[in-house]
Amino acid sequence: MGPLVPFIISDEFNLVIAVLIGIAFGFILEQAGFSSTKKLVGLFYGYDFTVLRVFFTAGVTAMVGVLLLGHYGLLDLSIIYINPTFLRSALVGGAVMGAGFIIGGFCPGTSVCAAAIGKLDAMAFLGGSLIGIIAFTEGYPFLEKFYLADELGQVRMSDQLGITMEAFGFILAFIAVAAFVATWIIENRVNKRPNKMSALQIRRYTVLAVTPFIILTVVTFLPGKEEIILKRIAEAKRQQTCVFKEINADKLATEIVNNYYQMNIIDVRSPEEYEAYHLPMAINIPFDQILDRQWEHIFKQRLRTNVFYADNDTLVKMSCLKAKFIGKSENLILQESPDEFRRMFFELEEPTPDASKHELEVYAFRSQSATGMQNLVHSLKNIGQPVKREVIKIQGGCS
Amino acid sequence: MNPYLAGVLLGLLLLVTIFITGRGLGASGAFRGVVIAAVESAAPEHAQNSLYYKEFAATNPEGPLRNWLVLEVLGVFIGAFFSGVVANRIGLKLEKGPRVTNTIRIIGAGVGGALFGFGSQLGRGCTSGSALSGMAVMSFGGILTMMAIFGAGYALAYFFRKLWLK
Repeated sequence: MGPLVPFIISDEFNLVIAVLIGIAFGFILEQAGFSSTKKLVGLFYGYDFTVLRVFFTAGVTAMVGVLLLGHYGLLDLSIIYINPTFLRSALVGGAVMGAGFIIGGFCPGTSVCAAAIGKLDAMAFLGGSLIGIIAFTEGYPFLEKFYLADELGQVRMSDQLGITMEAFGFILAFIAVAAFVATWIIENRVNKRPNKMSALQIRRYTVLAVTPFIILTVVTFLPGKEEIILKRIAEAKRQQTCVFKEINADKLATEIVNNYYQMNIIDVRSPEEYEAYHLPMAINIPFDQILDRQWEHIFKQRLRTNVFYADNDTLVKMSCLKAKFIGKSENLILQESPDEFRRMFFELEEPTPDASKHELEVYAFRSQSATGMQNLVHSLKNIGQPVKREVIKIQGGCS
Repeated sequence: MNPYLAGVLLGLLLLVTIFITGRGLGASGAFRGVVIAAVESAAPEHAQNSLYYKEFAATNPEGPLRNWLVLEVLGVFIGAFFSGVVANRIGLKLEKGPRVTNTIRIIGAGVGGALFGFGSQLGRGCTSGSALSGMAVMSFGGILTMMAIFGAGYALAYFFRKLWLK
């Protein structure tokens, strides 16, 4: 389902959402106290760790949420934007930003918040950062080589460490909780306060600290969307409760000629086989791509009937089953193989003079249907094609 | 607001943002949009001949201001102002360490801003876009940048203590 842009929410409306999300972002940052430069630098001198708490809690919450949504197939983790890694510029750029942080007392987002409520130093910071960016854009010809050095692409921390995403989630959540406890102790020592919490606070913080681990455990050990679908299929097979609605070639041909717009004819063979020969009006969804997000809309709609075909009976039935568990569309199976279909309609033999009336009728029907289908394919060459839904890698981020 | 509550809310907002748009929050990217728009209108010939602006124009055909991050930061400004009104924190103020004059604070903020602005372009994002959003999607580069920002902050904190401490 997600990300909702660009298929469910248009790029235009996305800009409206940008303002709304920004308002919430600004409101939360300001409420958390990030408009105060003293609070921000308190992190570096140990007297106020608010920034670390907000920052780390937000990061872990979002990360756990991303894993959870991905696990249940609500968010496609393979296409969301992962900030690309360029080793040298990431480290040096980060270090320069760190220097800017301790000297200027803000970071860009927080300086906007502080400027909004009238902090003069934040306005100076904002002005300074525009100058810094001009320095970069003007100096880019000299910096380009360094900027593009050591490219690793869009790698995740977990890939880099050679562990699963869930395992890294556990590590990060554990580091966060440990950091919360440690900074609480440090903050108390610097401000000369005792390490005490009320029973209520202890209960609340325990619940808060345990929650991400529970969600991560769910994500790690309970089956996700794909596993659930496959399990249901296996179960249905074992109990032999699968009922397949079938359609024969003659009926399908009639449907194609008269009601092509009510049908999705789906070739589940490989693209090569599809190229070699496919039924009129058929589209190609190779078997192992059926669960892909780009085809989801076909199995979730209820306006058209899906007709599956392949050379192999098992393959068709498995495809039909998978489709059944993805969505609620009506799914049929073609009894004949594509080769049989071709022979029946497009390689018709003239009936012999002593053929029965029935044979003559079949011949007349099939040759008419074949012409009908050919005309249809010809006249719908363009609109008959499904709308191409390319899986778009999301660009952007804050660079 | 309790910092952990604020953190959870911010995390959920980030999650919603990723769910809707497929990418995280940001701030410095918007500043870059403003800078590029300003350069393009003030010195159009220069912008057409310089490498960076040319590359940017090629990848952003709709112009630097018709940009998700620019509108988002506009929203940040509105949201923060609203929050300031609610909390009664609006007013022209200068916040600084106890041993610093106003002039030094303003100069420090300007210099710090310049460094942060430059670094954010080099590091492909600031604390929001690179560190926070990078952590949410487990980006290796984002987490490295985050460690570099806070590592450098701690390493330099001692040398700039007079700016902030008694």
